[in-house]
Amino acid sequence: MQITTIVNGRSFTRDVEPRTLLVHYIRDLLGLTGTNVGCDTSSCGACTILMNGESVKSCTVLAVQADGKELTTIEGMASDSGLHPIQKAFQENHGLQCGYCTPGMIMATASFLKENPKPTEAEVREALEGNLCRCTGYHNIVKSVLAAAEAMEGAVK
Amino acid sequence: MTALQTGSSQRVTGKRLLRREDPELLTGEARFVDDLYQQDALYMALLRSPLAHAKIISIDVSEARKMPGVHEVLSGRDLREEFSAPMPCAWPVTEDMKNPPHYPIASDVVHYVGDAVAVVIASDKVAAVDALAAIDVKYEALPVVTELEEALLDRNLVHPSLGTNSCFVWKLEPDRAGVDQAFASAAHVVTNRYVQQRLIPSALEPRGVLAVPHPYGAEYTLFSSTQIPHILKLMLSTTLGISEAKLRVVAPSVGGGFGSKLNVYAEEVLALALARKLSKPVRWTEERSEGALTTIHGRGQVQEVELAADSNGRITAVRVNILADMGAYLQLLTPGVPLLGAFLYHGQYDVPAYSFTCTGLFTNKTPTDAYRGAGRPEATFAIERSIDSLARKIGIDPAEIRRRNFIPVDKFPYSSVPGLIFDSGNYEPALQAALEKVGYAQLRMEQEKRRTQGSRKHLGIGISSYVEMCGLAPSKVLGSLRYSAGGWESATVRILPTSKVQVTTGTAPHGQGHETSWSMIVADRLGVSLEDVEVLHSDTAVAPFGMDTYGSRSVAVGGSAVYLATEKVLDKARLIAAHKLEVSPEDLEYSDGMFKVKGSAEKSFALSSVALEAFTAHDLPDGIEPNLEASVTWDPPNFTFPFGTHIAVVEVDEETGDTRLVRYVSVDDVGNQINPMIVEGQLEGGIAQGVAQALYEEAAYDEQGNLLDTTFIEYMLPSAVELPSFELASTVTPSPTNPLGVKGVGEAGCIASPPAVINAIVDALSPFGIEHIDMPASPQKVWSAIESSRGDGK
Amino acid sequence: MFPASFDYAKANSVADAVSILTSVDDAKLLAGGHSLLPLMKLRLATPSMLVDIGSLSELSYIEDKGDYVAIGALTRHHDIQNSRLLKSEVPILPYVASQVGDPQVRHRGTIGGSISHGDGASDLPAAALALDARLVLVGPTGERVIPATEFFVGFLETVMSPDELLTEVRVSKFSGGWSFQKFNRRAQDWAIVGVAAVNDGNTRVSLVNMGPTPLRASAVEEALMGGASIEAASKKASEGLDPPEDLNASSRYRRHLAEVLTRRALTEALG
Repeated sequence: MQITTIVNGRSFTRDVEPRTLLVHYIRDLLGLTGTNVGCDTSSCGACTILMNGESVKSCTVLAVQADGKELTTIEGMASDSGLHPIQKAFQENHGLQCGYCTPGMIMATASFLKENPKPTEAEVREALEGNLCRCTGYHNIVKSVLAAAEAMEGAVK
Repeated sequence: MTALQTGSSQRVTGKRLLRREDPELLTGEARFVDDLYQQDALYMALLRSPLAHAKIISIDVSEARKMPGVHEVLSGRDLREEFSAPMPCAWPVTEDMKNPPHYPIASDVVHYVGDAVAVVIASDKVAAVDALAAIDVKYEALPVVTELEEALLDRNLVHPSLGTNSCFVWKLEPDRAGVDQAFASAAHVVTNRYVQQRLIPSALEPRGVLAVPHPYGAEYTLFSSTQIPHILKLMLSTTLGISEAKLRVVAPSVGGGFGSKLNVYAEEVLALALARKLSKPVRWTEERSEGALTTIHGRGQVQEVELAADSNGRITAVRVNILADMGAYLQLLTPGVPLLGAFLYHGQYDVPAYSFTCTGLFTNKTPTDAYRGAGRPEATFAIERSIDSLARKIGIDPAEIRRRNFIPVDKFPYSSVPGLIFDSGNYEPALQAALEKVGYAQLRMEQEKRRTQGSRKHLGIGISSYVEMCGLAPSKVLGSLRYSAGGWESATVRILPTSKVQVTTGTAPHGQGHETSWSMIVADRLGVSLEDVEVLHSDTAVAPFGMDTYGSRSVAVGGSAVYLATEKVLDKARLIAAHKLEVSPEDLEYSDGMFKVKGSAEKSFALSSVALEAFTAHDLPDGIEPNLEASVTWDPPNFTFPFGTHIAVVEVDEETGDTRLVRYVSVDDVGNQINPMIVEGQLEGGIAQGVAQALYEEAAYDEQGNLLDTTFIEYMLPSAVELPSFELASTVTPSPTNPLGVKGVGEAGCIASPPAVINAIVDALSPFGIEHIDMPASPQKVWSAIESSRGDGK
Repeated sequence: MFPASFDYAKANSVADAVSILTSVDDAKLLAGGHSLLPLMKLRLATPSMLVDIGSLSELSYIEDKGDYVAIGALTRHHDIQNSRLLKSEVPILPYVASQVGDPQVRHRGTIGGSISHGDGASDLPAAALALDARLVLVGPTGERVIPATEFFVGFLETVMSPDELLTEVRVSKFSGGWSFQKFNRRAQDWAIVGVAAVNDGNTRVSLVNMGPTPLRASAVEEALMGGASIEAASKKASEGLDPPEDLNASSRYRRHLAEVLTRRALTEALG
């Protein structure tokens, strides 16, 4: 069946099977391969994207459920003026090593900081409970999110 | 070893420079194997055995063949002719080691749950996976062996044709009589049994492969999520009988490995074999629950560890006997993993008598192989738990007993009784720094206070002083251990006509930031801008020679090769500059991209001009070839020996067994640090993986050989919530082994942390008389231990 | 991983959903999908058709109804977690919702989906039990209201017939104490054991993952009514139950945890 989504500001209309998962729609039909798949069970969060501005695991959403929705993937974060402040914070704080969990971490962070712009360390850790990383031990990811919060708050003021 | 020689007035090595790898990873621009676009690629899916040991009676693929989109369905028997040799094991540890034939797909008998029995090739993944369900396989179940102690009895055999489950027995007994004597005359002996549970490495990127044939050129390109493109190329060429010169292996962005991608896998061989057979590109990407069964597991040992000590707590002998789980087959390095720890069971301590025996055993489980630390976490756990057990027996503080036994600083380089030469070390300052950083005395007071107040939340403090051997490896030593390859690394430094610098390295990074660190080494030595240095890697067409990335070897061996190639290219440049300046090469000094005549500052010749001269070749000195490039293949003279002390602080809820890591302090000495930010990142990730072994993770099997935790729901990778921020510090004792003075840092964290955590838990539970908790120290295990201590009338 | 093939229909109204359910064998409702899709991906569930009710925005609401709060079945965990009305009138519910899964899951998962899935290891069904929630079901013959205590009948089995859907959850306001004790190893995990306690004059206690369904700890409640101390009542937490065994916990350990967590929950709720 046919679905239409707005992805990173552009409209796409594609035919999908009902069983097509949103992550496969994004990766295989739209060619946006920045969103990764790391598990089968909605556990790792590597596939996290924003749907109508909120973080979701795109491996646990059917593409048909996203019909008419606005999606943001990692490809939609940087702009002509450069990296998004969250991306910058991850680089500046060495919040990534192999980079496979990173798109999901960044999208989860984007959603979280909208809900809680001035989090504590403990709140950051809880906000990332659904995103697994095998490289960093989370130490620098947590620092990155706190730094991003500070940078983005600063930008708002 | 002092600081590195630099050709830059503004040193960059030692600085926390941001990684050049990051922008493409942060934006989704990076391409992992599954991201690569390949027109007309067919998709491969594998049907896997649901039984741990069984005879294949029949395989009916007729229904599957009729499914939409299916091109081909093949069984192991159909594919037999495709393989020129069995799957490779590169480490026959003894002359009589048993290595059962192992093919990428079983034809007659399956030996573990996950062994492939049939393959579907279809136009896309959906069609391929759907067709798997239509294949009908009939099995006849055979007896299953799952436990090591049971395997040792040879009652049931994993491979009946071998007549035994024993793969090898490997001994290191420089002086057996001396060991026996030490135990006979010891004031104290402690004997402990430790279990190193199986672990699933769980790199976040599942494995993937894309095999592309070029039929008219009779060439092949294999893209794989691998740590070892070079070794893989060699092994695939032998396994499939493809000319090594016609095969190119590329590792694109690789999402972590931790040893699990240091292997030659069935799916790599099969995809390439099928691409050749069908003259079509073939791709495959692992499902997480499939990978849990088919990607190698780590650890898997039962250790019996004995220490003899005198009345002052000085260790006089170490005697170790381990059973090591090979799993169902030998993968690339399976039998060699215990050997990487075999020399280290005395840890940081000056021990005069040493004996080590390892029996490798087959079981009907997923093959084991190198997982981050490979052999050294097991050794470190054994000695660091045992020394705590000894301290408790004698009544000495765990910090004090370590001090009494440290190899003294004036003994370095230290010749160990098992036969290694520890390059450099200074153990006491690291322990001292860690004790101070954690506030050891205050913590002990807090612990005591809680105990006297009858608190049900117990505090525990655990120390782990570790030393490991890495920087793999001197080729001669590897040869003497019967490893089939060398341990050198190669590098080429090329200064292009426009004076941009192109570096190729034989290392294959997958998260370690080699592009950043190697460019720092080169920019520093040449005194050029970092932006002018490009690092190429992980493509055998670009960097034909390499030994790849594992064993904390990359900076010590590969970084050194890069440094030496830079020196070599500078030597050549110096000859050309001297020629142009009409002086002798010795009269030149070099800094910041300029050769200057000593004592005559205005006479100079820029490296960029040398590069152009070398390219045009209009006026080169006699005997100098055009172009400015140099290659070095460097074989290290020794291993490197990073060390340090880690301290874990845990809180244990006596009522529920809930155990939380509340603080973690580490003081590590990895020699000189090229980029401390990257060094710390490696340590933090390693610590987390070790903590995960101590508290959370275990590949658990039932008696029928079924893996019970195949998904991330059951297999407990910790999240950010379960871990604290880490408190890191370092000391610097440069290594004399290599020109950079570096030691390697990839594995140190996960080598040090498991015993720190378990020591802390046992410390917390000492009022209950609990002597040990096996890993992972789940709340249930901790609670059970407390329960049984009470049952014993405590 | 992806589900086996199925047909898909988008429901335009509750009545539409009911009529599709009535006419198609083995059709399942799809709301947030966070109970069903994970099972379908592992092919542990293979319904012939999914009836998507996700766009029925009329089923997403949290409304003050005087002495109770009405929660539309499609209200997401995230919305419950952040609802001011619930925080002030039924504070246990936002807290329990905040303990479900992870933020991404809470952005999709719905209270109706969670309760009608009827998983004994889920948090919200147990909360519904402790709150004596009333569940509004709509089927071909109209509407019926079932007490949560009569809703869960077996492993992943409820009193709902295949052509019914849950449209609303009604929870009474209360001003007394409450507690939710969730014991797990990792934050995103299901509870190894969980205990919910609500005290609004009466004390009600429910258990997570102590049996095939969400359960009320009736023996504990009776003991309390009979004047037993918290300590003594807690000891009855697993009375008459046969808790499951898995990698994390033996049946015996679960019984022990239930007792400790019940004591903690009661201490907090009655304190």
